[in-house]
Amino acid sequence: MANINVKLKIWRQKNEKDAGKFDVYDLKGVSTDSSFLEMMDVLNEQIIQGGGEPVAFDHDCREGICGACSMFINGRAHGPDTAVTTCQLHMRSFSDGETITVEPWRSSGFPVIKDLMVDRAAFDQILQEGGFVSINTGGVPDANAIPIPKDDADASFDAATCIGCGACVATCKNGSAMLFVSAKVSQLALLPQGRVEASRRAKAMVAKMDELGFGSCTNTGACEVECPKEISIANIARLNREFLGANIKS
Amino acid sequence: MSGFLSSSIGKKLIMSISGLFLILFLVVHLTVNLLLLLGSEAYNTAAHFMGTNPLITSIQPILALGFLVHIVYAFILTAVNAKARPVKYEQVSQSHSSSLVSRQMLPLGLALLLFLVLHMIHFFVKLKVTGEAPMIVMEDGVEMHNTYLLVGSLFQMPLYAIMYIFAAIFLAMHLSHGFWSAFQTIGWSNEVWRGRLTWVGYAVAGLFGFGYAIVPLYFLIFQPITL
Repeated sequence: MANINVKLKIWRQKNEKDAGKFDVYDLKGVSTDSSFLEMMDVLNEQIIQGGGEPVAFDHDCREGICGACSMFINGRAHGPDTAVTTCQLHMRSFSDGETITVEPWRSSGFPVIKDLMVDRAAFDQILQEGGFVSINTGGVPDANAIPIPKDDADASFDAATCIGCGACVATCKNGSAMLFVSAKVSQLALLPQGRVEASRRAKAMVAKMDELGFGSCTNTGACEVECPKEISIANIARLNREFLGANIKS
Repeated sequence: MSGFLSSSIGKKLIMSISGLFLILFLVVHLTVNLLLLLGSEAYNTAAHFMGTNPLITSIQPILALGFLVHIVYAFILTAVNAKARPVKYEQVSQSHSSSLVSRQMLPLGLALLLFLVLHMIHFFVKLKVTGEAPMIVMEDGVEMHNTYLLVGSLFQMPLYAIMYIFAAIFLAMHLSHGFWSAFQTIGWSNEVWRGRLTWVGYAVAGLFGFGYAIVPLYFLIFQPITL
């Protein structure tokens, strides 16, 4: 175990209306085995002891599955490591004496609440438009009552691993939410239970996505690289297909 | 349908269809261009056919519309996308996650637009508007523009040859992302076809880049026209 000293350049913003600015903090003796959020906890204790206001940031499970943490670190969503959320990023990914820039997700769809916390209710609003199957399920059905090809089940499950963290929007040069929406549309469209409403779902969710001010996809593919769950942009092609098909049918 | 075309995916579809249409134009244009390598008679006859055949000339307004739509929607989409991130990042690191070309489609397109304007001034205006291009009488007695002389003498000047070669390179870069991207937007892609279409896109880009660059390069190096 080694300890490193880092300089943190962190975005501070009192509330949505505040213009915000960067503050720089020196943090000494950070264990390289600590996670990025543990390092932030240590920093906050240092700030509180100095009589300052701690840095507000989102976090919940701290084991990489909830999608709450959301930091743009050194120009990348969830930092320099691949396929991990910020909570699973460790200080061993940084070097001694490094200046680490930490910013909130930047998107008109994700207004800053405070410091590094952004309001991701826009994703919930998109889901409310059709990210579900509207049938009365009744009792638990027998397993394998509806046969589903293994490839479809796998593709659906891969899409369903999306944790809705918003890294795709944060990364996209256009602030597009297409990867998120395509994952949510795909996970249901690939299964017989979700297929029934696939057209309506694609149209409603895309309309809400546009209304909330997210940009459009230019297929750079940056989102899938930064996605902590490695959701493929093949889902975006599927969403395009679903959306075009839905509009041709109606 | 109007709601569909004003949606983000609808606007992208317009970009993709108009882009693919312009690629068809590039195929025809390149085919005629390559006749320049065969000499004066072949090229002048082909250019005369392209300029006078009623089927070809009647498609011209559709071609112009294709360009217009592709350019106008590029600006519309860029403006909408810029609004999606009102506050910019202090630090952005994108080199590992996306290609430079995929992020710079508008600047590349603008360079091509500038080239298109100059290209029209060099040839289209002289042939169709002012008619100042030189004339030639063919063996069968038909009088036509000596397009070979017009194009060839321009390409024998290093400045113009280099300009046209650079335009070919920019076009190849634009297509190296645009070709695959068009299919992705239409939805004709998945985990398997993505790889295939990407490589086909690179091949298409390479062929167009090479094909369009070889003609000015030929005239620049061999100087076949004695002025």
